[in-house]
Amino acid sequence: MSSTSAPARSGAGPARKMSGREEFAGRWAFILAAIGSAVGLGNIWRFPYIAYENGGGAFIIPYLVALLTAGIPLLFFDYAIGHRFRGSPPLSFRRLSRWTESIGWWQVLICLVIGVYYAAIIAWAIMYTWFSTTKAWGDDPATFLTQEHLQVAEDVAPNLDIVPGVFWPMLVVWVIIILVMGFGVRRGVAMASLISIPVLVLMFLVLVVVALTLPGATEGLNALFTPNWAALADPGVWIAAYGQIFFSLSVGFGIMITYASYLKKRTNLTGSGLVVGFSNSGFEILAGIGVFSALGFMAQASGVQIADVVESGIGLAFIAFPAIISEAPMGALIGVLFFGSLVLAGFTSLISILEVVVSAVKDKMGWGRWTTVLVVVGLSAVVSLAMFSTTSGLNLLDITDAFVNSFGIVGAALVSVLVVAAVLGLLDRMVAHLNSVSSFRLGALFKVMVGVIMPIVLAYTFLSDFIAKLNDGYGEFPAWFVNTFGWGMVLSLVVLAVLLSLIPWSKKSNLHQEHLDDDSPFVEHESLNRRRRGRTPDRLEPVTVSADEGWTEPDADPAHRSDSQKGL
Amino acid sequence: MDPIAIVMMIIAILTVWGGLALSLVHLKRHPDEESGDTTISTGPTT
Repeated sequence: MSSTSAPARSGAGPARKMSGREEFAGRWAFILAAIGSAVGLGNIWRFPYIAYENGGGAFIIPYLVALLTAGIPLLFFDYAIGHRFRGSPPLSFRRLSRWTESIGWWQVLICLVIGVYYAAIIAWAIMYTWFSTTKAWGDDPATFLTQEHLQVAEDVAPNLDIVPGVFWPMLVVWVIIILVMGFGVRRGVAMASLISIPVLVLMFLVLVVVALTLPGATEGLNALFTPNWAALADPGVWIAAYGQIFFSLSVGFGIMITYASYLKKRTNLTGSGLVVGFSNSGFEILAGIGVFSALGFMAQASGVQIADVVESGIGLAFIAFPAIISEAPMGALIGVLFFGSLVLAGFTSLISILEVVVSAVKDKMGWGRWTTVLVVVGLSAVVSLAMFSTTSGLNLLDITDAFVNSFGIVGAALVSVLVVAAVLGLLDRMVAHLNSVSSFRLGALFKVMVGVIMPIVLAYTFLSDFIAKLNDGYGEFPAWFVNTFGWGMVLSLVVLAVLLSLIPWSKKSNLHQEHLDDDSPFVEHESLNRRRRGRTPDRLEPVTVSADEGWTEPDADPAHRSDSQKGL
Repeated sequence: MDPIAIVMMIIAILTVWGGLALSLVHLKRHPDEESGDTTISTGPTT
């Protein structure tokens, strides 16, 4: 790797500014974009089921504990890395320490995999918004979904038999994504959330009001909120709460690192993070009320128990809800609001997922935004259409989603937390950085949550899923299919991540072209600096990051290095 | 609805939406420029 000169020792010359990085217009643009990312399909179709299955009303206790002890701390963790190092995950981790760049690429590849199948679900939701107006599924939504809409093949092996009803809406999704992302962080990414989030909240509020008026709605809410206190003694319920918070908040796989890298240097990070965390959960509660009101109606209309109609994921959205829409008064309106909400929630989340990939390639190659978007998102679109608009798309989506979530997202989050907290021991610096610009102060409790609680919960989640899938396989899929597109896929992401981290950074890359500003609040605050050094510095001594050396100590002599110069 | 379900629904709404309201108030009272330990003038950011 070629070497370029490190920034001048602090105070030895004018600080070099971050000149090229895009920025959000302000913290509200960032907050809306982060909410747009966090509020996704999982809020609508996963939370209600998880809450119902894990204690009903009693679930709120582990859920809140998980939000406060894991979700929000991990949000802060990601914000700190992205904001401090002002880069996509590979660039941020590279600046954190030279050997950790591969963690960033692992997160990028996870986002790439999720992005290519996520677009398919949005395309289905677009079609179902239209189908709702005519109740096109007739009396049998399950058969309609698999036989008519997706035309699922008997053989799970991937094929290239395109399904036009999926292909065209997917193509529309990809074209819109390319256009939005091409316009950049301010006029594209942020603007999409600025428009979509208020519309989404309004649509969902109307949906909830309509659902609450359905006969049987109260029975649905009874099922969701009646507490089963005994469930609180079950460790599985607590793990489910942590899992829901973790997957729902878009933490641990690069999105929040990327978005935080677009923040102005002086941004109230923790104050903003609290708003994002509670907004995401607020939407989940709303979704729970809406979905279970509708399920209560369906149970009553069918003369069965709630337990017989409860579903999650694709089954809830594309089988249970169509049945509700067919039976309910104002069914078409419910359908348009429900599927329209899925489209909007999914759309802003997909943008955030792909922005991780775009940002990483842009940083490494030093390309312009349009070039990067056309190459990265364009290629993603081709792969996505080839794999998921075909008659084998549903099975591929199923297995890819299951494995990339269980072992990709959880694995990358676990490794990044362990590396930063235990291997590099940077939590003190992270707290100092967050406190240097934020109003909601952090301390020892934060370090315990990130350094102890999160690794335990993530490791347990990872291992329990690992053992279950190793012993039982996945679903009814043949072993070769699981080995190739499940295990093979997640393992290949790790190998590819390492290989990508070995590719030299382009001379035009942001690693070489941009340097962290010496004269900014991105230095540790004075009191900590003084306490650690045991002296009063003439000025704050920043951590400088060179183009090629990762962390560069201001003092070249290792014997004189101090902890305060390590990083966060 | 059963009374216990109503109580739990209200608790869920109050804690989560209440938390959101409090965090919004907190953020509004702490502008970016006045938050945190750092008192250095940041100057232009772009």
